[in-house]
Amino acid sequence: MDRRNFMKAVGLMGLATMPGKKTKAGQSVSDKEFNAILIDTTLCEGCEACLDACSESNKLPEAVTDPVAGIENKTSPNQLAVVNMYNVEDLEVTVKKQCMHCNQPACASACLTNAMFKTEEGPVIWRADKCMGCRFCMLSCPYDIPKFEYEKVNPDIKKCNMCYDRIKDGDIPACAEACPAEAIVYGTRKDMLEEARRRIYQNPDDYVHHIFGEDEVGGASVLYLSAVPFEKLGFKTKLGNEAMPKLTTDFLYSVPVIETLLPPFLLAISFAAKKSKEAGEGK
Amino acid sequence: MEKNKKNKPNFSSEFKNFFKFLLSEMKPKGKLLTPFNIIAAFVIALGGVLIFFRFYNGLASVTNLSQEFPWGIWVGFDVITGVAFAGGAYVVTFLVYILRMEKYHAIVRVTVLNGLLAYMFYAGALLLDLGKPWNIINPVIGNSFGMNSVMFLVAWHFLLYMTAEFLEFSPAIAEWLGWKKVRKVLHGMTLATVIVGITLSILHQAGLGGLFLMAKSKIHPLWYSEFIPILFFVSSIFAGLSMVILEGSITHKVFFRKLTPELKRTHHDILLGLSKICGGTMFVYLFLKALTFLHEQHWHYIFSPMGNWFLVEIVFFVVLPMIMFTQAARYRNVKLVKASSILTLLGIALNRLNISIIAFKWDAVERYVPTWMEIEITMAIILVEIVVLGWIINRMPVLGESPMWVKEQEKAAENLAH
Repeated sequence: MDRRNFMKAVGLMGLATMPGKKTKAGQSVSDKEFNAILIDTTLCEGCEACLDACSESNKLPEAVTDPVAGIENKTSPNQLAVVNMYNVEDLEVTVKKQCMHCNQPACASACLTNAMFKTEEGPVIWRADKCMGCRFCMLSCPYDIPKFEYEKVNPDIKKCNMCYDRIKDGDIPACAEACPAEAIVYGTRKDMLEEARRRIYQNPDDYVHHIFGEDEVGGASVLYLSAVPFEKLGFKTKLGNEAMPKLTTDFLYSVPVIETLLPPFLLAISFAAKKSKEAGEGK
Repeated sequence: MEKNKKNKPNFSSEFKNFFKFLLSEMKPKGKLLTPFNIIAAFVIALGGVLIFFRFYNGLASVTNLSQEFPWGIWVGFDVITGVAFAGGAYVVTFLVYILRMEKYHAIVRVTVLNGLLAYMFYAGALLLDLGKPWNIINPVIGNSFGMNSVMFLVAWHFLLYMTAEFLEFSPAIAEWLGWKKVRKVLHGMTLATVIVGITLSILHQAGLGGLFLMAKSKIHPLWYSEFIPILFFVSSIFAGLSMVILEGSITHKVFFRKLTPELKRTHHDILLGLSKICGGTMFVYLFLKALTFLHEQHWHYIFSPMGNWFLVEIVFFVVLPMIMFTQAARYRNVKLVKASSILTLLGIALNRLNISIIAFKWDAVERYVPTWMEIEITMAIILVEIVVLGWIINRMPVLGESPMWVKEQEKAAENLAH
């Protein structure tokens, strides 16, 4: 084979493997293109401007929950984000919570129709025309984020989609735009991680030296900074850093192996059993 | 119809006869107003009304499902427990067609039929639970394949296995309709469909366990393990066989006059044989359970309420029936076999409900308790299945003898082989 043909072959092989790589990119660890939201709880004043902007942008009723210490507000089909208040030592901390937009989301890997989908831009979105409503995403999400409209005849799954439509138009998410205190900033995930580190380095005494969402269950597109340990702010800190879909990969990999090896094995046993039976009858 | 291809002129009259035959077979046989039928009719009618409400007003109108508990008994019992109960079909076909244990041949058809109906109705019950059931074609026709999803695997394996089970059972339909050539072709496919069916079964029984792998932080550590798929598969063996024992004992009584002389004679032997297999697989299951328990060092959980509950499941619903099964097989005690099969089935239901509902978010303040309507609809589905089962057994050669021409066909095939 001369050099030109060799290059052609390599090129063709590359082309052949490309689609596979491309579809996987959405689920991969690579965060080069992912965008992210950085939420700095030390700057949050609990004004809830973000929630009003969220309701308006998603055409939902006005948010009704007020942050009260001791009450853990949860998102609902009508409210995709909440602000909770925690009394830690002598501090009053308010925290906005919503979907974490994981890099390798449990919900998306659970979804059998790809209705729940990690976009290349970073947001995890949900698509009504694909969803069957099986609620496996709700079961799988470690943060219990997807919410279901049980009251409706044609129910949707509701969760924050990082204002995906606005992002595609070149805008930033409504909550980040509305925040008057720079507690919610938006950019590429790389830049947001850098910004978070910069804030920690410049004011090392004001922060715990951890960025929640950097590594949790494989990393997320929402990052948090805090002055107090995250478990005191209602964060699930015991989930580990392994991406959720990893829990199913061993099982899923075994499937094609069993599917190819078991049938011939069964066939062999069946023939052996038949032979030995016939031999037994022959006597 | 197809047997008639050679003499086409008769086609229309033949079709008329066939249609008449179908119509006559539709009519119920035997007494209609038995106590069972009356109660069943009432439960099914009420279930129908409630199902209408579910689709007219949404899931919240009949179920207690919540944002915290997205899956209730329609998934936890109907699908996940129901499919384990239906595991008998792949185990019995394995015994008969792979290991060639002729003893169990007499119960193959009724077991496969039971399995097929169980899949149709219990997996079908999933349609009630889906928020957008009309989108169920999406993962099938291929406009959106969620290849990374365990649910995708389970859905496809359900679908393919139902097809395989239908093909396994189809010779009985051909015998009923008198389609000789069709029966020959279908009968020839049996070994292939059995092998495919066993493979699909093992994978989707395990797959149902695999659904819970990502709920690691939500299921009590005593029930969660990375081996859930294997535990589900192994337990489906004795769950399925216990169902075969229970159903076999009931149909043996109800349809006694229909039974082949062979089945009448070997019925006890079959139950005792299955009992031995159940005891053996339960021991394997127990061993696996112990292994995961020791491996993950769960001793300290035992002295909590959930730990006691775990012990109840293991001691009374695994260890006890395991001992009962082996003793029953040893002393040829058929009554004990039946009793242990019931205990085993309760234990499987308990295990599946523990994983999907009871030990799921065990520390949550809000709990899920099914509404009476969820239970009513489940009962209605089970009763419809029983009615359909009775209808088929009364008409097709399931428990009884095949028509004479089948034996001639089989003899001819055997002679050809030698």
